[in-house]
Amino acid sequence: MSDAALASTTFPGGAGRGRYAARRRRDIMATGFAYAATLFGLGWLVLILGSLLWNGVSGLSLSVFTEMTPPPAAAGGLLNPIVGSLIMTVLALVIGTPIGMLAGTYMAEYGRYERLSSTVRFINDILLSAPSIVIGLFIYEVVVAPMGHFSALAGGLALAVLVIPVVVRTTEDMLVLVPNALREAAASIGLPRSLTITRICYRAVRAGMMTGVLLAIARISGETAPLLFTSLNNQFWNASLNAPTASLPVVIFLFALSPYKEWQSLAWTGALILTLTVLGLSIAARALLASKRDG
Amino acid sequence: MADAALQGGQFMTTVKAATRARVLDRLRLGDLVFRYLTRGAAIAVLVLLGGVILSLLIGALPAIRKFGFGFLISQKWNPVTDEFGGLPAIYGTLVTSFIAMLIAMPVGLMIAFFLTELCPTWLRRPIGIAIELLAGIPSIIYGIWGLFTFAPFLQHTLQPFLIGTLGNVPGIGALFAGPPFGIGMLTAGLILAIMVLPFVSSISRDVFESVPIVLKEAAYGIGCTTWEVMRHVVLPHARSGVIGGVMLALGRALGETMAVTFVIGNAPSISASLFAPGTTISAVIANEFTEAVSPLYTSSLITLGLILFVISFIVLAAARYLLTRVQRRIG
Repeated sequence: MSDAALASTTFPGGAGRGRYAARRRRDIMATGFAYAATLFGLGWLVLILGSLLWNGVSGLSLSVFTEMTPPPAAAGGLLNPIVGSLIMTVLALVIGTPIGMLAGTYMAEYGRYERLSSTVRFINDILLSAPSIVIGLFIYEVVVAPMGHFSALAGGLALAVLVIPVVVRTTEDMLVLVPNALREAAASIGLPRSLTITRICYRAVRAGMMTGVLLAIARISGETAPLLFTSLNNQFWNASLNAPTASLPVVIFLFALSPYKEWQSLAWTGALILTLTVLGLSIAARALLASKRDG
Repeated sequence: MADAALQGGQFMTTVKAATRARVLDRLRLGDLVFRYLTRGAAIAVLVLLGGVILSLLIGALPAIRKFGFGFLISQKWNPVTDEFGGLPAIYGTLVTSFIAMLIAMPVGLMIAFFLTELCPTWLRRPIGIAIELLAGIPSIIYGIWGLFTFAPFLQHTLQPFLIGTLGNVPGIGALFAGPPFGIGMLTAGLILAIMVLPFVSSISRDVFESVPIVLKEAAYGIGCTTWEVMRHVVLPHARSGVIGGVMLALGRALGETMAVTFVIGNAPSISASLFAPGTTISAVIANEFTEAVSPLYTSSLITLGLILFVISFIVLAAARYLLTRVQRRIG
């Protein structure tokens, strides 16, 4: 293949200096474009973070974390959406993590070369990038419609569906890296397979699994679309799983599109908090993985 | 007496044997249970996907029965008379994703080029991570930023410029006609491009890095410029991986909801101009699902969701297929 590639390249022959200058020019243009593209990409990150700080910091105060969402054209905070988001995130993790971990375990430990594992891997990768709004529709159909009302439970389930693929993926990737010598050593002292996995392999990949969970939290804490018609929103304090519940992303959505200045500025502040949380989590996940790799 | 002691000893060993058997049985049972538990969880992932498809199909049935294939080509979207057609939303989804890929593909490839060939080694990780953080920003943030910062900016700069220049060119002029609203198809496409850029660039970077160094060195050795090495050695070698990355990014762009909902303008119509407000499948669902009162309305929205799922399933499956092939070659 490289032969063909090289053959198609035009090399400076008898054409002389003009040909060479043209090649140099093209090279400079292309590398220039590469530098520009990278600056373009980094520029957006700076612009977005900058505009979040610019618009969000002024609203940042203690009352944001201690007061309820206000009625139109009044001051208030974001306490109930923050708590709602926390409740649903925990719920999603409690449901999604064990299922994801067990499925990843099967694919790496029991059926590494089975047809079932490769099928699950394929489907899981598709679920990983599937449109989250469709997951919202799914949970609406199977949970909200039969129950007859929106609830935190439905929101948590929708987020759990998003957690599972992330955890399956990281669990499998991490367990595959565990050296077989560990498993053989465990087997040689007569440890049953299930205990080998839970006592030996899981311990070896603890940092990797934590990374997966952190990534999953980062992924779901910013999700809005699947919550719109599962947990809906709630202007008031609510700690019941069985009632509509406010969440930070949905409140940002509603407040940002409202005509009230106070709501819009709260939306910006909420957006700042949300972004810092999510980016912090994903940086923490990377750092955890990097420290494990070096150590 | 010694006899009795012997008997006692035998008794002890039988007790020990019985305990041992019991412990072994328990371990064996635990092993079996754990194995089936993990297997069940793996199958649950498959069931989950099946459940998503099945529930969407059931939900979509009333609308499919009523409108049939006409749903795909009808432009009517009238909740009052209960007449629904999906064409404007499907059109908007495809056009915005197309604009996004038109920008994200070359820019993402060039970023990968920069990261693998031009960037000083110590800067590679930080720049790579910074670009990947773009994918970590929640889509609602792109939405609020797009609506309040980016759209007004476009309205006053890029859009009047395009109307003044490309708008006068016969043929493609219609694409850039009309008043600059700020929000619209073009804005949505641009924001999508920024959002999926990291998918193209980080996958391309990984594939570029997998190209054997000997190949590159050989090309440099016979006097190729950096760009020629990239264009004629690295790119052909990495082609299927790059296409896989682009497809993955396309899959993301198709299903993106919140960012688009903020800036698309939400008008269920098709117009030639890219500046005109339009809508996408995900935006229609996000905006109207909780307001849908008639069963047919809800069912039509679910049908749109099903169409979106099928399109992105095909795109993502193709991406996965290409990327798995590349991974097998690397690994």
